[in-house]
Amino acid sequence: MGIFDYFKSKSEPSSASVAKDRLQIIVAHERSRRTQPDYLEQMQQEIIAVIRKYVQVDNEHVQIQLEDTDDCSVLELNVTLPEKND
Amino acid sequence: MAKIIVVTSGKGGVGKTTSSAAIGTGLALKGHKTVIIDFDVGLRNLDLIMGCERRVVYDFVNVINKEATLSQALIKDKRTKDLFLLPASQTRDKDALTTEGVEAVLNELSKDFEYIVCDSPAGIEKGAQMALYFADVAIVTTNPEVSSVRDSDRILGILQSKSRRAEQGLPPIEEHLLVTRYNPDRVSEGEMLSVADVEEILAIPLLGVIPESEAVLKASNQGAPVILDVQAEAGQAYSDAVDRLLGEERPLRFTDIQKKGFFKRLLGG
Ligand SMILES: Nc1ncnc2c1ncn2[C@@H]1O[C@H](COP(=O)(O)OP(=O)(O)OP(=O)(O)O)[C@@H](O)[C@H]1O
Ligand SMILES: [Mg+2]
Repeated sequence: MGIFDYFKSKSEPSSASVAKDRLQIIVAHERSRRTQPDYLEQMQQEIIAVIRKYVQVDNEHVQIQLEDTDDCSVLELNVTLPEKND
Repeated sequence: MAKIIVVTSGKGGVGKTTSSAAIGTGLALKGHKTVIIDFDVGLRNLDLIMGCERRVVYDFVNVINKEATLSQALIKDKRTKDLFLLPASQTRDKDALTTEGVEAVLNELSKDFEYIVCDSPAGIEKGAQMALYFADVAIVTTNPEVSSVRDSDRILGILQSKSRRAEQGLPPIEEHLLVTRYNPDRVSEGEMLSVADVEEILAIPLLGVIPESEAVLKASNQGAPVILDVQAEAGQAYSDAVDRLLGEERPLRFTDIQKKGFFKRLLGG
C-alpha cells in the first residue's frame, strides 16, 4: 500500500472486510436453506398462491422459515402487504 | 481398518491435488502405509504431481471393471517408503466410478493400508460426491477468496448430508480446514481475507495454512510433492498440517507479514 492508498483507505472499508460481510450473509442464507425440509419450498409456493387470491404480493415479500428450538419447531410466515394508496 | 481422508473444496484449482500429494507423502514419511487415490476421472493429474506419470499402466476404473487387479494398478512411490498411488482413469465416461465399485476397492485397500487419501475433483456434483462418500475425515481446501469460501461451505453441507456417514446415521465426518495460497502481505493490506475470517465463516477447526509459494510450482515441475522441499515454507507448512492431523500440536507459522522497513511500506513496496 503506497502513501496515496493510505489516505484513501481511511475512508473506505478494506476490500477484505467487504468480502467477509458479504460471505457471512450468503453463507448464513444458504445454510438455512440447506437445513429446511424439502416440502418447505413447495408449501411456500402454495401459500403465496392462496395469498394472491386476495392481495397482490411479490414472491420476495413472503418469507417463510422453520426454526428449530429444543422442544418444538416454529413455522414463521412473514408477509409484507403492499402499501395502501387510497 | 484404514482411515479414509478426502481432500475436497468445491471450487476448482484451489490446491486439492497439491495438498493430497503433500499430505499423503507426509503420512508415509511418518511411517504410515498410505495410498493416494486420484478421483478426478478424465483429468488425471496426481501422477504428474507425484512424478510417476510414466509408470501408469492400469487405473482405478480398470480395477473397478476387473480389467486389472489392485496390485497391478497400484504404483509404488520410488522416493517415499510406504507410499502408493492409484491413478485416475482418462476415460471420458464420468459415470465410470460406481458406488459399489468404489466401495469394493476401498474395502480391499483398507486391509493393507493405514491411510487412504482421496483427491477429489472440483465441483459439488457426482464426481466430488463419490470422492467424499466413504470418507472418515475431510480436509476442506480453501483459498482466502469469496467464491472458494462459499464453495467450501457448500461442500460442508454435502459432507453433512450426502456422505455414507450422514446417510447411515454414523458419527459425522471429521472436518478440517486447510487454507492454501495464503498471502500474509495482502492480508495485512486488507486485500485478502485473513485465516481468522475464513475460520469464523466456515466454523470448522483449522488444520493448517499453506502460504502462496513459488516452491509449489517448482515441485510440480519436478514431479516431487512440495512437502519434500524441506527448505520451502510451503513444504514446512504441509509438514505441520500432517503432524496436526496425527494429533500433535504445532504452532501456526508463515501467517505473519514479512517485516519491511517503514519507508518501503509507505512507498508501496
Ligand atoms: N500454496 C501454493 N502456492 C502457489 N501455487 C499453488 C499453491 N497451491 C497450489 N498452487 C497452484 O495452483 C494450481 C492448482 O493447484 P492444484 O492442481 O493442486 O489444484 P486442484 O484443487 O487440485 O485443482 P482441480 O480442481 O483442477 O483439481 C497449480 O498450478 C498449483 O501449482
Ligand atoms: Mg486436482
